[in-house]
Amino acid sequence: MTALSRRTWPFGLIARKIARRLANAVLVLLAAASLAFAALHLTPGDPVTAILGGGTQTPSPETIAAARHEYGLDRPISVQFGLYIARLASGNLGQSFSQHMPVADVLRAQGPATLALMASALLTAWLLAVLSIVFAVGRRTTAFARTTETFFAGLPQFWLAILLLWALGFELQIFPPAGNRGLRSLVLPTLSLAIPLGGFLARVMRDSFDLALHEPFILTARARGTPEWLIRLRHALRHALLPGISLSAWAVGALVGNGVVIEMIFSRRGIGRELFLAVMTHDMPLVSGIILFIALVYILAGIATDALYVVVDPRLKATRS
Amino acid sequence: MTRLKRAIALRETGPALAAFYLAILLVAVIAPQVLTQTDPMAIAPRAAFAPPSLHHLFGTDESGRDILTRLIYGARQSLLLGVSAIALALLIATTLALIGGLGGRMAERGIRWLIDVMFAFPVLVLALLCSATLGSGIVPLVIAVGIGSAAGYTRLVFGQVLAVRDAPYVEAARALGHSPFKIIRRHILPNAVRPLVVLATMGVGQMVVWSASLSFLGLGAPPPAAEWGTMLSMGRDYIAEAWWMTLFPGLAIVLTMLATTVVGRAIQLRMDAGAS
Repeated sequence: MTALSRRTWPFGLIARKIARRLANAVLVLLAAASLAFAALHLTPGDPVTAILGGGTQTPSPETIAAARHEYGLDRPISVQFGLYIARLASGNLGQSFSQHMPVADVLRAQGPATLALMASALLTAWLLAVLSIVFAVGRRTTAFARTTETFFAGLPQFWLAILLLWALGFELQIFPPAGNRGLRSLVLPTLSLAIPLGGFLARVMRDSFDLALHEPFILTARARGTPEWLIRLRHALRHALLPGISLSAWAVGALVGNGVVIEMIFSRRGIGRELFLAVMTHDMPLVSGIILFIALVYILAGIATDALYVVVDPRLKATRS
Repeated sequence: MTRLKRAIALRETGPALAAFYLAILLVAVIAPQVLTQTDPMAIAPRAAFAPPSLHHLFGTDESGRDILTRLIYGARQSLLLGVSAIALALLIATTLALIGGLGGRMAERGIRWLIDVMFAFPVLVLALLCSATLGSGIVPLVIAVGIGSAAGYTRLVFGQVLAVRDAPYVEAARALGHSPFKIIRRHILPNAVRPLVVLATMGVGQMVVWSASLSFLGLGAPPPAAEWGTMLSMGRDYIAEAWWMTLFPGLAIVLTMLATTVVGRAIQLRMDAGAS
């Protein structure tokens, strides 16, 4: 079976796998779009008020009717939904009500800041987790590391953010408390997201790591006289990577979600903050644009995870189909 | 032998401390007036922003209200939020998992796909969408957090139902000719639901954190309310002057989360030991 699948693997199976992946991605995006549509149509409050500049304005009935017609809000809901999906399928995300500019432009302006924050948080979390796993040797240290990891994993990001803001932003004034300027402004938001995630990653990876330490090949390496830290880093860690990687795909999504609060606290530009504001102003095209963006990031993270699996564990190349 | 005893004692301390904290919370939920004599809403402008002292152990807020008192009175609402949200999440999860596990091939595939899709939405984003639809307030908050976090629980319970469904004892019951209804009630539900006890215990703390996040964004109980998330959100405005307004509500939330995790894990260990 293995020999056979190894021979046929490059063409038939890969094509089928890619096709299934793509179909799934489209379904997820479709569901994301429908969800955004449903959520905002169930929302009390008239989108026309948002189009015409919020609740403070008092437009005449004629203006309201005109705007309603212009944005197609006077058609039956099924027609609106069809038009909406067709429009999205053609790559047009529409016009933001509240910002009076194309949604794609908003995403282009806000996306990089969020992606940078996510990337730096994910990297920092991995760094913390790997350091904690590899260098906590010995029974006492390990027990201490375990407890610390559990504690960190349980810290709510927003609370950590406020404490960091207070301690390092206001009291010691080491890092800027708000804004998007430069790498220094990235430090506090990154730490607020990375510390809980790092604890979580470490907790998940540690079990596989401890199992791997009892494998025969570790004994062999010890017998060869390899230093303990090198054994842990080179031989055992590889086995702990898989659960960490599969968790990371999920973590990317969680980072976007928690990013909403973090971006609010540090007054950072970004997708999360924009999503919160869009939800508050019932800016439907912007909300669905951001939801689609998040779903897309999640899909890409899933694909990257699958690719990484094979890199880390070559055995999977033969068995995975 | 002594080392083993010490290890066991150490392992018992964590859960004992956690249970103690939860017991205090329970008293605060049932009868907050036992723990404090002060009124959580009593305004004393002169005592505003008092730092922690013997008189005000955790300090006071911008209107001179005692933080500790407000935390004690806030326990009821915060825990109620957590318990109802986890109950809702597990209800959704169990329903979907049973449909997917026992409803035939199409249902199984459908639920798998649904879980896939639900996972593409971060908990907070889903919750944010829900609260946009339902408005702000306590009940919408519970629904938002419950729906938002249902995906993860659905996957766990679904896996459990599948494992139990294909277990030898279910096959044996089927071979004996028991009715499907009896099999579900006698075999599948009890075995699939037992892990739920652990999930529910640990989940309460997690839900308290999620609802605090949403309250923090202004989607929960409106400001003067003594609810932990709301208190945190008010404290944030005064973070440069009064750190105690933020530190202590956050600490209460973190400790609740830790305590439920530790107790949940202790229950799990005990159940595993009982099973083997």
